[in-house]
Amino acid sequence: MPRRLCRQRCAVPVIARYDPRMVAQVFATPDAAVAGIGDGATVMVGGFISAGSPSNLIRALVRSGPTGLTAVANNIGLGDLLDELCEHRQLARVIATFAIRASGGRTSRFEQQYRAGEVELELVPQGTLIERIRAGGAGLGGVLTRTGLGTIVAEDKRIIEIDGEQWLLERPLRADVALLKASRADTLGNLEYRLAGINFNPVMATAADLVIAEVEEIVEAGEITPERVGTPAVFVDRIVACPPIPVRWEG
Amino acid sequence: MPALTRELIALRVARELEPRTVVNLGIGLPTLVAGFVDPADQILFQAENGILGYAGVSDADYDPDLINAGGQPVDLVPGASFFDTATSFAMIRGGHVDVAVLGGLQVSAHGDLANWFVPERGGGSVGGAMDLAVGARKLIVAMAHVTRDGASRIVAECDYPLTAARCVDVIITDLAVIDVSANGLTLRETAPGVSADEIVAATGAPLAVPADIPEMRL
Repeated sequence: MPRRLCRQRCAVPVIARYDPRMVAQVFATPDAAVAGIGDGATVMVGGFISAGSPSNLIRALVRSGPTGLTAVANNIGLGDLLDELCEHRQLARVIATFAIRASGGRTSRFEQQYRAGEVELELVPQGTLIERIRAGGAGLGGVLTRTGLGTIVAEDKRIIEIDGEQWLLERPLRADVALLKASRADTLGNLEYRLAGINFNPVMATAADLVIAEVEEIVEAGEITPERVGTPAVFVDRIVACPPIPVRWEG
Repeated sequence: MPALTRELIALRVARELEPRTVVNLGIGLPTLVAGFVDPADQILFQAENGILGYAGVSDADYDPDLINAGGQPVDLVPGASFFDTATSFAMIRGGHVDVAVLGGLQVSAHGDLANWFVPERGGGSVGGAMDLAVGARKLIVAMAHVTRDGASRIVAECDYPLTAARCVDVIITDLAVIDVSANGLTLRETAPGVSADEIVAATGAPLAVPADIPEMRL
């Protein structure tokens, strides 16, 4: 099974030893759960502002200190803790839909570093970002969308005409690691989400070589009703239970 | 010139919405629209972060997992649902959202929209705006008619970076309701106390003015 679909892109070996077992490993702390994420890794981070954001895993990644990271996330600097990765300049590149505020106001550390030319930003429309990740996780070769046609998003990209209609070709996106947040996991690694905390998490779960989920509670296999499983265990490698860090976007 | 407040613009937008439709409200002024609809109309508000059926902003019981796409805590209506981002944008791009209401920086005579990047600030973010502009069946732009410096936000051609081309159907401002079609812009309603001539003067693109333009009923 080609688990490491992005191997050819990854210059740096990220995880020294990949555990091929399909059952997720339970870790005692977020720090232990993120161990092995190396310099230069591409890291997808689930969540949408405060909802479904793996704040404990982000803080653990800050503490563990790898640099030259590429972060793929909906947002950075909107009350999310991803901005803390800028404190010690761990980010080289960010792929996001929301990173620089048009309205001014308080600027994030990310925005300061971006304006100083210290970190790269690829701004992607939200619907395109999720479909690129979905394509990466589903073994598809790309996405054809109208979104971005006639805008700067289409610059340097292929436009494909099908039956007289123009479509923008967007490439699949994968990562070395995905950091996710769910409400509960069972001991196999099945994940259950709550409220609007679903967002990017289940799609990112399919598109990374190593999937690490932070949950509020780990229960025995069978305790999550099968139809309530939002991410099947096959996608999940590591789980850790910890109290969520409350975050809030104050505008 | 007596211009409408943000709240009154939102009220006028709310009057534009048909009962039992699915509506996405953009960040900022459009968010206020949820407060002006009649619950009996059963309008379902969609938030692109994964909610269909939120009622409005509510700070009563803050839960970080229950927010709209602007990060504001929201209440739900009976029958609301949650879903992942891929499903959310299948709704948006797939034509299942009847109306999107977005803020605007500039709208052109052809209905091009620029609303994400402010050149003066050298910044901005796309979020879900490009997908909403392309995918919603009807796009209403709610914005101030002119900038703080008095320049019209309705222009012959946008010079700000576009969100999407030829996507806007209706412009609702603090001065007017304007319809956009392949033939250009047509004045439909004036704000109370504002004359059609004043609106034409404040509009930086050709504006057709039919006879007997009614005032907005607010």
